[in-house]
Amino acid sequence: MRIGVVTFPGSLDDHDACRAVRAAGAAPVRLWHGDDSLSDVDAVVLPGGFSYGDYLRAGAIARFAPVMSALIPAARGGLPVLGICNGFQILCESHLLPGAMIQNDHRTFICRDQRLRVENAATAWTSDFEQDDQITIVLKNQDGQYVADKRTLDELEAQGRVAFRYVVDGPAAPAPRRYDRFASRNPNGSYRDIAGVTNARGNVVGLMPHPEHAVEQGYGPSLDGLKFFTSVLKSVVNA
Amino acid sequence: MTSVARTNIDAASRTTVDTVEDAATTPETQQPWAELGLKAEEYQRIRQILGRRPTIAELAMYSVMWSEHCSYKSSKVHLAQFSENTTEQMNEKLLVGIGENAGVVDIGDGWAVTFKVESHNHPSYVEPYQGAATGVGGIVRDIMSMGARPIAVMDSLRFGAVDHPDTLRVLPGIVAGVGGYGNCLGLPNIGGEVVFDSCYQGNPLVNALSVGKMRIQDIHLAKASGVGNQVVLFGAKTGGDGIGGVSVLASETFDADGPAKRPAVQVGDPFAEKVLIECCLDLYAAHVVDGIQDLGGAGLSCATSELASNGDGGMRVWLDRVPLRDASLRVEEILMSESQERMMAVVEPAQLEEFMAITRRWDVEATVVGEVTDGKKLEVFWGDQLIIDVPPRSVAHDGPIYDRPMQRPAYLDALQASVPDHLARPGDGEGLRAALLALVASPNLCDKSWITGQYDRYVMGNTALAMPDDSGVVRVDEQTGRGVAISTDCNSRYAKLDPFAGAQLALAEAYRNVVTAGAVPLAVSDCLNFGSPEDPGVMWQFAEATRGISQGCKALGIPVTGGNVSLYNQTADVAIHPTPLVAVLGVMDDVARRTSSGWRTPGDVIYLLGTTAEEFGGSAWTQVAHDHLGGLPPRVDLDCERRLGEILVDASRQGLLAAAHDLSEGGLAVALAEACLRDGAGARIWLDEVCGRDGVDAFTVLFSESAGRAVVAVPGSDQLRFTDLCTSRGFAHVCIGVVEDEAGALDVEGQFTVPLDELRAAHTATLPAIFAAQ
Repeated sequence: MRIGVVTFPGSLDDHDACRAVRAAGAAPVRLWHGDDSLSDVDAVVLPGGFSYGDYLRAGAIARFAPVMSALIPAARGGLPVLGICNGFQILCESHLLPGAMIQNDHRTFICRDQRLRVENAATAWTSDFEQDDQITIVLKNQDGQYVADKRTLDELEAQGRVAFRYVVDGPAAPAPRRYDRFASRNPNGSYRDIAGVTNARGNVVGLMPHPEHAVEQGYGPSLDGLKFFTSVLKSVVNA
Repeated sequence: MTSVARTNIDAASRTTVDTVEDAATTPETQQPWAELGLKAEEYQRIRQILGRRPTIAELAMYSVMWSEHCSYKSSKVHLAQFSENTTEQMNEKLLVGIGENAGVVDIGDGWAVTFKVESHNHPSYVEPYQGAATGVGGIVRDIMSMGARPIAVMDSLRFGAVDHPDTLRVLPGIVAGVGGYGNCLGLPNIGGEVVFDSCYQGNPLVNALSVGKMRIQDIHLAKASGVGNQVVLFGAKTGGDGIGGVSVLASETFDADGPAKRPAVQVGDPFAEKVLIECCLDLYAAHVVDGIQDLGGAGLSCATSELASNGDGGMRVWLDRVPLRDASLRVEEILMSESQERMMAVVEPAQLEEFMAITRRWDVEATVVGEVTDGKKLEVFWGDQLIIDVPPRSVAHDGPIYDRPMQRPAYLDALQASVPDHLARPGDGEGLRAALLALVASPNLCDKSWITGQYDRYVMGNTALAMPDDSGVVRVDEQTGRGVAISTDCNSRYAKLDPFAGAQLALAEAYRNVVTAGAVPLAVSDCLNFGSPEDPGVMWQFAEATRGISQGCKALGIPVTGGNVSLYNQTADVAIHPTPLVAVLGVMDDVARRTSSGWRTPGDVIYLLGTTAEEFGGSAWTQVAHDHLGGLPPRVDLDCERRLGEILVDASRQGLLAAAHDLSEGGLAVALAEACLRDGAGARIWLDEVCGRDGVDAFTVLFSESAGRAVVAVPGSDQLRFTDLCTSRGFAHVCIGVVEDEAGALDVEGQFTVPLDELRAAHTATLPAIFAAQ
């Protein structure tokens, strides 16, 4: 099983994504932004970072990289693609996923261990989860506020295409054991607490939090991130 | 192939340049040496070295390189103590020492680690975001220029009073700058400090640390050798930012009405630096780099003169080949510009083509701007006109040295006599409880996650420990888990009372923080922030502090590998507290086994290691409760620190520790509160035994800041092995409590109980209330 990990100038978590792919038992294949081939990989991860410095708009320049000219039709044809953070932004800019990310509503970068609820456990990247599982993985971004118009949001909800939502405690919830600035609100102002979405076919998934930072004991908040990568192995085998 | 450089001659030919020939024939020309920050005798010395007046380009080069920031002219005589106090045994693990871009130590298994801390104080006051951002960028390039991959950053920030209006301007900008640059660079920020004290009101301190890793055989040095080798400038174009930054900003005291030289701050582009890092690592891996130097303070003046000075020949540079962002720059501005994200490499001609191919792959602009010659001179041409012809050593290494007058400040006797004994103390349990709540809410001891949450601590996937734990811990070798722990510390209130002891206490605390994680201390870097060296009182503080650190390092057996001096941190005649920041680096065989500071498991037994005396001089309690600073700082016992370290490291290796936390500001009380809040587990504490043993009352046990202490949590089944370990080494240890979850409180028997929710609310409200509302 070969999973491609794209490196754009300014990609930061490409090495980490490769590590996560290995941890799940697959072989990572480094893909270069300037190549227009996907090297026959079985799935692709667009990793986090600040591709092209996030200049103009996060992901806006990366979507025009030569590698994307191969990736976009392949994704439309069913190739599993996971966009993490900046990768999610690139998928939105490429119109493989609906909506867009704007600056966090509190206008600061935020790095934290984030609870998510799995809202769709039937995609290529989430099949090892159960519906409504709560997981904790790393969130770190400046432009993480998911926005879309009401019609798009309603459509996503109706079609079950919200893949992950930020878990937000109600006023009656007990105080968390550790201080949590964002216990009672989502951490970036995302509409309807959306953390990640999928396309209708379920092969393209994008989310702001970072599963690749939760795959190793001692180096992240949990091992919950592994299931993203084990899920895709199964989906490729079953395809 | 040879890169035929784009030339800037067209733009510049409109103005005439001052050539060496002109200089020889017009000795009487008036020159702006004073405006460039040179003293009259320094200007005369330049004329002496050259045997003529300098050209304007030469004058610019000398002025930046002989500035306090670059030449260490006031501090050199004292810094010599670091090498004088270094024994052969201390140097065993040292691969590269003081004088290079950063020190390098051998951490085993063929791995080398390089680390250094550097100041960017003045620019961060003038323009907080860019000042702090380029501070991070600069130290990271130092690490890159050793041949290493940068693997983490830390930052130690000091601000004026938390409620001063200017702190509202400075702090958010500096924090956003540190985060904005470091996050975009993809380096985890694993720790540091945030300190508020009105002494930093007009002079905030931004001390940035970076650490990098490489295989031992991959160490690179900044030297230009091999006649005919090509000198390549690569990275960003040269612009008009940061011109003379080091001379005019870092080396002069701010006037009382504030700085007026705003354009001297550099502007950073972290994306360009990220690409430059990856490009450099590919260049190193291809073995096409013979010598390398980053461009930081003093820009091209520094890079060319240092490379040439460290090499065995001369260097010829064609300045008109330097790619410019602004074609109207004059030659002396090109030489002084501190535009960021630039590097200079020395490359063998046969490898130039491969070098250029790698830079093209990363879309990094690279230009051959010179070559190594068999002469002894650094010659710089503008077109065919010779504008610089100097012995490079005279610029880079043989600058002026001042043994400035020193005098113990007259105020010190009164300050030390103002002992805290007479200050009103809490008389009962309620009073102790209130004192604890006030301390954990105070700006220096409160929760800093509003700040540290703006830094990416996870990128690269190797972070094993980060703030708010005692030290930052990162993995170096993914196969074995071998890695390093780093801590930076300084309590400048101690240093104000006694700079010698204060510096040693900074060293002791950083050392303690590293051993608390379970790492064996290996090396030290320091950042010495002081007022004006022209003030004999400040110079005395500096001498005392360097003596303290160098003798302390000798006692602990770990060498100083490099660092930075920042002087002139004062406004008018008011200097900051002496702030000798110390960074200690330690090594661990497997960082997954590191000890964290938080209590988790009910039933774990809590021990206090070390003894407590009544030591309140400079303490957090005197500051928070009485706004008092006086007396003497806690006594330093480095032998005790070393033995405490051996116990903590041994216990960690044997797997006996569930948690460990050092005692420092705020003493035992604050350490207990932090260990509770870290993971949300309460504790029941009893103090009778320790009070009886040490002959002190509950208040003293809780709030005194005696050094050489730590609290640990030990699983019940390992108690005997742990106490045997302490007993066999004759180290004071006493059981003071147990981790308890049910009550959800910190309960100090017979004194007070405070629910964790109340403690947490007090601890976490302070910074968001001031800064998040903006």
